[in-house]
Amino acid sequence: MQSTSHNAAVASKTAGTPPLPSTGGYWRWLRDRFRESQKIGYVFVLPYLVFFAVFVAYPLIFAFILVFHSWNIVSPMRFVGLWNIERLLFNDPLFWKALGNTLKFLMLHIPLQLVLALMIAVILNQRIPLRGFFRSAFFLPFVISGAVVTILWQALYSTDAGVFNLVLRKLGLPGVGWLTDPGIAIYSIAIMATWKNLGFYIILFLAGLQGIPGYLYEAAAIDGANRWHQFWRITLPLLNQITLLVVILSTMGGFSLFIEPFVMTGGGPADSTLSVVLYLYKHAFQFLHMGYAATIGFVLAAMVFVVIVIQRKLMSGETYV
Amino acid sequence: MAMRAVRRLVSPGRFGQGALKVVLYLILVAFAVSFIYPFLWMAAASLKPEREIGTLALWSPHFSLRGYFYVFHQIPIARAFFNSAFVSLTATFSTLVLSSMVGYALGRLRFLGRDFIFNLVLFTMLIPGQLTLIPMYVLIVKLHWTDTYWALIAPAMISNMGILIFRQFFLTIPGELTDAARIDGCSEWRLLFQIVWPLSKPALITVGIVSFIGIWNDVLWPLIVIRNWQMMTMPQMVTLFHVGGLAGAQVSAEMAAIMLLALPVVLAYAFLQRYFIESLALSGLKG
Repeated sequence: MQSTSHNAAVASKTAGTPPLPSTGGYWRWLRDRFRESQKIGYVFVLPYLVFFAVFVAYPLIFAFILVFHSWNIVSPMRFVGLWNIERLLFNDPLFWKALGNTLKFLMLHIPLQLVLALMIAVILNQRIPLRGFFRSAFFLPFVISGAVVTILWQALYSTDAGVFNLVLRKLGLPGVGWLTDPGIAIYSIAIMATWKNLGFYIILFLAGLQGIPGYLYEAAAIDGANRWHQFWRITLPLLNQITLLVVILSTMGGFSLFIEPFVMTGGGPADSTLSVVLYLYKHAFQFLHMGYAATIGFVLAAMVFVVIVIQRKLMSGETYV
Repeated sequence: MAMRAVRRLVSPGRFGQGALKVVLYLILVAFAVSFIYPFLWMAAASLKPEREIGTLALWSPHFSLRGYFYVFHQIPIARAFFNSAFVSLTATFSTLVLSSMVGYALGRLRFLGRDFIFNLVLFTMLIPGQLTLIPMYVLIVKLHWTDTYWALIAPAMISNMGILIFRQFFLTIPGELTDAARIDGCSEWRLLFQIVWPLSKPALITVGIVSFIGIWNDVLWPLIVIRNWQMMTMPQMVTLFHVGGLAGAQVSAEMAAIMLLALPVVLAYAFLQRYFIESLALSGLKG
């Protein structure tokens, strides 16, 4: 939130809002400020105020009301007090299973993403032939619809005819039930998600790398540090803001997994790929449990919100981008 | 002299010598292959006969367009393409106009309550989408907007990130320019759209690409508010074609469907790569 107040300070400085006077009433000050306001400003922000009221404020309030009700959209709402929250927290193993699946996903996705993106970014930061081509190739899956990527990867992961098992069999290894083995499916999805997003994170790391001043490496070399030491002592520490951003964005991606299990597994086998958003979707649109779905949304949003707040707190420091 | 030698050796813009250089390049090539091969396999599989799908080959003498004919026969994919294009273009245009208006007001105009509204924008950006998904759906139902373009366009007509990007960009435009125009009696409307817009191409491109790609690729929201096949967006229809088993277990037809879905974005990406990469990376750094 530090950045918020900082931005606001910049805003008032640049446009020159006069400070509060020491004499005279607050209302008079307000009236004077309004009189000298550029009224056209209100016309310009009007679309936003309408948008905010309809698509932000109303849904927020309604979500809060829904949490305390049972509702199937057709018949009238029924007040149930804290029943939804109680059920979610203490009486719904499937919700916790979905949350556990998300954690499993993140446990593979985040380290894989960090290591590969950083490694490729470091290589791409050199003067090498076809650099632009590589950059574009890695970025392509990020631009394309998740529907394309998931349907394609489901074919690649196919146990009988998929490319992965074809390669394994050529190497004389047994095939793997990439999406059919409950112990493996969520990790298969994590690998695919890494493939889809890698290019984006490579670009973020590249931006960070290009912000590191070259003289730091020269100074280190004069002091006798080899390239390996330079990487651990200069490159990595100066990239910590980017690293943090990558972790946070991947975590938020993990919490909003939907199309991947929806397309590839339907949440199976044995609910091993059920994600929280898919669980919410099923409650809302298959069982018509609107109140309960809203409660899941609330709890999920609370978790994401905590992640965002941590991000804002940690990222308020200096960055090299 | 010595300094230059050291710099050549350690500068981050240079490789170490010989073996390391080759090894690193090979790693890079291996990764690049793993990124490109699946797309080539997808293109080949969309043309292969069914019994040749389970091979690694990218070429077959039996290539045919059967899969594509099947897709066009089974689902109104051309209509879905039109829906997606119409919805994405309309919403993107609206986002550019409305977000730049708000960004302009927050960055270049002085009025009571401006900083409050700016904080409202920042606050809204913190709200995760999962929270408002259900009440938004209820809202669309109450407005009788299900199975209409409104359901897809209205929630995407203005963007918080767009407002912030425009505001920040407008702050960098010198005040003398706008002041001179104002003295000549230019209205704020003309000022924004005839003087500031032409100077703001980078911001327009960034916001345009980010919102267009976001709307074009979205599947979850259309799945919720659109049930009528004539009104579906392209990614939604292709997803349901696959999940609903309409491809009749023909992998070639599924690959043909996702080829059709990927093609417009791949073409746009081929011509505008640099803008795509810069815009989307920037949106990540901002968010």
